Amino acid sequence: MDTIQFIIGKFNYWVYVVLMMIGFYAMIAKRNLVKKVVGMNIFQTAIILFFISTSSKMGATIPIIQSGHGDAADHAVNVAQYANPLPHVLMLTAIVVMVGTFGVALALLIRIYREYRTFEEDEIYETLEVMRLKK
Amino acid sequence: MIAQSPALLVVVPLVGAVLCLLLGLIRRELCYPFVLAILGSCVILSFDVMGIVLSEGVIRYRLGGWEPPWGIEYLIDHLNAFIAIIVSSISFVVAIFSRKSIEHELAKEKIIYFYTIFLLLVTGLLGMTVTGDVFNIYVFLEITSLAGYALIAIGKDRAVLASFEYVVLGTVGACFYLLGVGYLYSVTGSLNIMDLTLLLPELYTSKVVLIAFAFFMVGLALKIALFPLHVWLPDAYTYAPSTVSALVAATMTKVGAYVMMRIMFTLFEPYFSIEFLPMAAILGWVAAGAMIFGCIQALAQTDFKRVLCYILIAEVGYIVLGISVGNRAGFTGAVLHILNDAVMMACLFMIAGAIYYKTGMRHIYEFAHLHKKMPVTVTCLIIAAISVVGVPPTCGFFSKWYLVLGAIDARQWFFAFLLLASSLMVAIVFFKMVQTIFFAPSPAGEESHDHGSASHSHEEHKHARDEAPASMMVPVFIMVAGILLLGIFSGEIVSTVIQYAVPKGF
Repeated sequence: MDTIQFIIGKFNYWVYVVLMMIGFYAMIAKRNLVKKVVGMNIFQTAIILFFISTSSKMGATIPIIQSGHGDAADHAVNVAQYANPLPHVLMLTAIVVMVGTFGVALALLIRIYREYRTFEEDEIYETLEVMRLKK
Repeated sequence: MIAQSPALLVVVPLVGAVLCLLLGLIRRELCYPFVLAILGSCVILSFDVMGIVLSEGVIRYRLGGWEPPWGIEYLIDHLNAFIAIIVSSISFVVAIFSRKSIEHELAKEKIIYFYTIFLLLVTGLLGMTVTGDVFNIYVFLEITSLAGYALIAIGKDRAVLASFEYVVLGTVGACFYLLGVGYLYSVTGSLNIMDLTLLLPELYTSKVVLIAFAFFMVGLALKIALFPLHVWLPDAYTYAPSTVSALVAATMTKVGAYVMMRIMFTLFEPYFSIEFLPMAAILGWVAAGAMIFGCIQALAQTDFKRVLCYILIAEVGYIVLGISVGNRAGFTGAVLHILNDAVMMACLFMIAGAIYYKTGMRHIYEFAHLHKKMPVTVTCLIIAAISVVGVPPTCGFFSKWYLVLGAIDARQWFFAFLLLASSLMVAIVFFKMVQTIFFAPSPAGEESHDHGSASHSHEEHKHARDEAPASMMVPVFIMVAGILLLGIFSGEIVSTVIQYAVPKGF
């Protein structure tokens, strides 16, 4: 019973850990470079979800006093009743970084494809070996 | 003394990067002098910041006037003012070197983008150095890394593949660091280093804090290529263009090591990192592995830049060993070694670049009789090599001296022994190189003595003195002068700067 409580009570962390491990698995075990990049993206997204989930609260409102709907305006004064906006802001920056990394990785993939005509790691190393032997 | 110099240290190269791109689109030739001007002003600003720190103590610069726990703060003390000087000076000297080397190794239209990214890399490094906010460090870390991926990928051969591998592993490292930040934030609600220093001691037994610390350490170890997480480094730094190798080898790992010091001794108390957790012991063994493994691998390589890469891995081991012994001498040695190693590595990689520029040779076995063709370069190479080995008049000796003292103070006799053993192995690496250069039999050369004057003059021509151009040799001279002067004045450096950088509790 305790274990179930433990899993359900902290399910947001479980989701992030599982997602992160899926991404990590793809980065390590997949031999296709595109799949590695996708795994990398899942890995980063998991961390973003972790940050966002730490700031969420049951029944909390947005942290804006002015023009809040109904009694939301009163709630926003009390720390316990509004969602902490800082993790969201941090993650905006992290998303920008993530997009940047993704872009650089894809650009590298284009150059790798132009050079080796494949995304499979094994085939690339085969080509390299052939080139080395030719020398 | 400019009141805004801490912020300008980051803003100048950042704005410079954008302007460099625009300027380059108008006239490509303007990029080089512009980059020199920008990096020159960074050097002046970093010395200015150091002046303020020396005369007025720690700088706490508030960006936009926001109070520390809420706004981002730049926190500059003796330690990071010192690192900022290293980063800006090395990047300035490497930038001087870059002109001919880049024209030789890159397509013309890529030069503008090269300099733009070069400035972004320096922005990231300086930002990581001066900031006093853990999340801000992550952002600058990623700016540095992204610029690094791009710069490495423009190299030839397998550079793209090496860069891709670096992207994957570097991202894992950065993500681990980010997770550490997230864990700390979820228990303390703060991102400011000085604020966290006050909040954390009560939470040292919290599992979340312990996990955060572990994530920080593994993430940074990946970023500084600490053995056994070094696999991305040799390929990436070998296939990168010479200028890029010189810059990243000299600065990126060093700034990472600085962040590691900050996390271990400022964010967490030395007591936590050394006694409460066995982190220091783990790092000590890992560093010992790096020192021995790096040197053994360096012995086995033939590509000159690859040899240097493995020596760099060993040097990272020295720095981390200095951090891990956790006493005054060890820490002094680590900080001094950051400076010395940056100068030595920049010097050696620039020499490798100069040799490649003139002769197109990458492998050591091709270097036979190089001293006849490039005597000055070879002399510089030998001085730098002597320093890496650690022979007294050069700077490499003094930092290793402090590191050995630190290991002895901590009663880690085995680590002190390993340090000396690995220095000996570096000596073998460079001795092999010198032997190849001076004494290797050259099959064509031996016979030409007996034959007619025609082949003799051909021989003369082959060995005619032909040094790299002045724009490449002057930076090498500056670095060689640095190696000698830093050795002579290392006492002054320790007494004016580093002794104040040693954390409290040592």
